[in-house]
Amino acid sequence: MFEPIRLIGEAALRKIARLGQASLFISQVIASLPMLLRRFSLVVTQLYEVGVLSIAIIVISALAVGMVLGLQMFYTLRDFGSEQILGQVVALSLVRELGPVLAGLLFAGRAGSALTAEIGLMKATEQLSSMEMMAVDPIKRVVAPRFLAGVLSMPLLAAMFSSVGIIGGYLVGVGLLGVDSGAFWSLMQANVDFYDDILNGIIKSFVFGIIITWIAVFEGYDAKPTAEGVSRATMRTVVHSAFAVLAFDFILTALMFGGN
Amino acid sequence: MYSRMTEIAVGLFVAAGIGALVMLAMKVSNLGAFSDTEGYIVNARFENIGGLKVRSPVRLGGVRVGRVNAINYDQDRYEAVVEMTIADGYDRLPIDTAANIFTSGLLGEQYIGLEPGAEEEYLDSGDVIELTQSAIIIEQLIGRFLLNEAGSE
Repeated sequence: MFEPIRLIGEAALRKIARLGQASLFISQVIASLPMLLRRFSLVVTQLYEVGVLSIAIIVISALAVGMVLGLQMFYTLRDFGSEQILGQVVALSLVRELGPVLAGLLFAGRAGSALTAEIGLMKATEQLSSMEMMAVDPIKRVVAPRFLAGVLSMPLLAAMFSSVGIIGGYLVGVGLLGVDSGAFWSLMQANVDFYDDILNGIIKSFVFGIIITWIAVFEGYDAKPTAEGVSRATMRTVVHSAFAVLAFDFILTALMFGGN
Repeated sequence: MYSRMTEIAVGLFVAAGIGALVMLAMKVSNLGAFSDTEGYIVNARFENIGGLKVRSPVRLGGVRVGRVNAINYDQDRYEAVVEMTIADGYDRLPIDTAANIFTSGLLGEQYIGLEPGAEEEYLDSGDVIELTQSAIIIEQLIGRFLLNEAGSE
């Protein structure tokens, strides 16, 4: 009779234990971050892998999202005769929500999965244990640079997403649909606040960067050292990151924009 | 360990990211248009400020010259006190300048419209604008209209 309840309890305890493992792991990673300042070359290599190689998907998606947003908003706003506020609508929705969230989801799919697969495969092929054999701490040498690169890249990618998205909205709104260019920019500037909107968006993307990279490196480091284990860890990275980004987005939005 | 091309690519990436942030700050937000630190402070007392908010624009002949800094309520005189910052470039406002609360468009945001007076002396930091006109509250207008209609019949 108590069996179903016991199963729930067991599952909950396992999840909590895993969260504890992940927290211990990330505290080790954070503790070894200061050492990276002396060997920043490791981070630069990872910035290339994680950041530079993600630019293409971020920019193309942002352009598409901005253009579609401009198009759809225009047809609705035109019914109220207020298509001038197109710039404001596009900018606010991108800067506050879509920029950080979509950049985060794409980042999880493009960079997070690659990080997990790489670290997981290093573990499966016993590269990590051979490092330990040579008295090289794999957390310092492999995990920490990747974590730092992910955390640094994400706000930059989100800012690119928002800017390119706004340019996309501008191209469609002003170029294609004939919204007045001056009104597009001036109403945007009048109603987008630097601290309330843009800075909060940057904080959001920074938080997402920490969460996604944390999940990615932990899943990779914790993966079962088999082909199946690595594949499952990669899948978990993408799924868990997506859930975490959406959940934290709701919480952060409620905290940041709840006041007004 | 890492090649020259990687360094260049990362440099471009960081520069592009920071460039995007600067574009967001200067082109998209109001940070580039008007900074609220520079300027002098003028107060105005209103009976009713309607939907005026902190950071609402202050306009002079339609040109944006400043921003509302703070809104308080004076319990002694039962009036709202609006503190606004006016950019240093517009420092030749006569002391009998009038301040009105207008709405841009039918449903737009509310702003303070300044109308220069004719005095020789100019407003200084900390001065109070005496001539003010409150915001027009649409419910009051409708109420007055209905009352007039009822009275004329």
